Amino acid sequence: MSHDLGFWILQALNALQLSMLLFLLSIGLTVIFGLMHFVNLAHGSLYALGAYFAASFAAVGGYWLGFFLAPVAVAGVGMLLYSGLIKRMRKSGPMAQVLVTFGLIFALLDLTRIFWGDLALGIAVPDVFQGRTAFLGVEYPTYRLFIIALGMAVLATLEFVLRRTQIGAMIRAGVDNDVMAACLGINVERLFFIVFCVGCALAGLAGAVAAPLLSVTPDMGLQILIPTLIVIVIGGLGSLKGAIAGSLIYGCVQTFGAVLAPQLASVLIYALLAAVLVIKPVGLFPAKG
Amino acid sequence: MKRTILAALGLATGLAVPAAAQDFKVGMLLPFSGVYASLGNEIETGFNLGIEKFGSETDATFEIVSEDTEVKPPVALGKAKKLILQDKVDVMMGIVSSGVLGAVRDMVHGAGVPLIVANAGNDEATGINCSPYITRMSFSNGQVNRPMGKWMYEQGIRKVYTLAPDYAAGRQMIGGFTETFTAAGGEIVGQEYTPFQKTQDFGPYLAQAKSSGADAVFVFYAGGEAISFVKQYDSFGLKADLPLYGSGFLTSPLYVNAEGPAAEGVITALHYAPTIDNPENAAFVSAFKEKTGRAPSEFAVHGYDAARALIEATKAGATDRETLANALRKVKFDGPRGTLSIDPATNNIVQPIYVYETVAGDGGQTQKVLAKLPAEADPANGCEMAPVSN
Repeated sequence: MSHDLGFWILQALNALQLSMLLFLLSIGLTVIFGLMHFVNLAHGSLYALGAYFAASFAAVGGYWLGFFLAPVAVAGVGMLLYSGLIKRMRKSGPMAQVLVTFGLIFALLDLTRIFWGDLALGIAVPDVFQGRTAFLGVEYPTYRLFIIALGMAVLATLEFVLRRTQIGAMIRAGVDNDVMAACLGINVERLFFIVFCVGCALAGLAGAVAAPLLSVTPDMGLQILIPTLIVIVIGGLGSLKGAIAGSLIYGCVQTFGAVLAPQLASVLIYALLAAVLVIKPVGLFPAKG
Repeated sequence: MKRTILAALGLATGLAVPAAAQDFKVGMLLPFSGVYASLGNEIETGFNLGIEKFGSETDATFEIVSEDTEVKPPVALGKAKKLILQDKVDVMMGIVSSGVLGAVRDMVHGAGVPLIVANAGNDEATGINCSPYITRMSFSNGQVNRPMGKWMYEQGIRKVYTLAPDYAAGRQMIGGFTETFTAAGGEIVGQEYTPFQKTQDFGPYLAQAKSSGADAVFVFYAGGEAISFVKQYDSFGLKADLPLYGSGFLTSPLYVNAEGPAAEGVITALHYAPTIDNPENAAFVSAFKEKTGRAPSEFAVHGYDAARALIEATKAGATDRETLANALRKVKFDGPRGTLSIDPATNNIVQPIYVYETVAGDGGQTQKVLAKLPAEADPANGCEMAPVSN
């Protein structure tokens, strides 16, 4: 295989960009999961909703309106889901949660279809990020660089909040041992609600930034679900470190797998997943030691 | 979901009571929910338009019983059973996915119910698995791509990199192209199949194509994958050095609006484009636009021509399942796609293929037809079928 350095830089950027998108999705899901042991399989559907909201807002007021409002709107939907369904399902055990949120995926899929129609929607890349930027000797689509930068900014913000603020300490305590955290006077219930909304907003944000890159179709939430779950399982439950490690591993395996062993591309990540589960069943960096 | 639409078209012809007014029960098997709902609705709209437009030409009336396949083979098989045994339909129409067609094939063949396939393109359906009861009014995967290999070679393209999703249709589409392109003397310098419905980011493959030394890229993608692919191809700036060609599903009228300017300059081949210049197509496009406010897609024309074929068959005197099946095999007419006929050896449609470029037009992207390639019957591919009898 005779490829120059530029080719590999391009692929590394591709891997990074995919990782950042998955990170935005998986961090919300994993913290919700870790904090409250709640399996929300419909998280991917919230991502699809984010893309649809972004497309609708963008049609009215341009890309940036969608970018800022879609996460808010998705957080709103999250609140409705929380008070209407998830709060009641909290104590009902993982199997019931999986079934209910799995059903929710299909309900939301057909609801988006009925509301926005069957035809795929598109959003134009904002003018600022049109075209390509020369970067490390390669030309890379500017919008993809923006996604990478955005993912890193969110990572830095979350890192700061979780490590350096009181609410971060409370979340970490809740993930580690929710019963003990509650005994220490932390309102775990309210904490979960906040984390849940932030997680939904991040899913919405991921949908909004993915929309110009991909296409907005009702099934996009279904397609992203498996990669997101793989990221969480590899990375380990509930931790920021796990989400970022899992995303990077997924992005690299997927991208370089497609280049180096295309016929194995779809199997490679599952093989890795199996290997991780055998060697470290709790994932690489689980929140609870 | 069950919708029953009564199309009492006898009324349209006035007060004259038809001498032998035959009422046909038509079972419509299309996805109305799930990810392929858009195709189901498109085909249904086309079918209803066809019945409206040509219904007055026949004495027969049609009662339509719709069933939602949900694009799930087991569901579709159950619905087909219901249509055949409970509703006792005279003829069935529809089927979007090849998987669903594969699932209902034996049931349809065994029961002897004529089925007009209005989308599913798997080569086997009119090849090794052909049936005198299954007539395809849409296309076959090989058929729409085969003429493009020769055409692209004639345009001076010698080295091509191909990409398609890794499933039967993807392989058949690329196979059809590769066969004629290499036979003409061209070279495939790279060929990749991307994980089907698991690939949203084509970046890795695009970088591969770029460094492959090809003159052009030929791809098959459909649906959401087509939109993502076209947009990403454009965003990497490949179009200037490495023109993008493909099967026409890539730039279907259903998707070009979502693709936006990224689709401009992409050259594809298919059996239909809304800008084909003939009177039948003009009438079809204006009727479809009136109903939906946009141009029809290749899927709509499948439904429209399926309705027309059914009407032609009843005009030829078909009265029951058996005679309908025979009459459908002899259908021939000038439709929006040009002159269509059914190949008696395989029951597959024989139709011209159009090469078109997506260009900027008033109010969005439109299709500029570059060439009309002659209609060729598919090879029999192992189909052995009793000749038409009646």
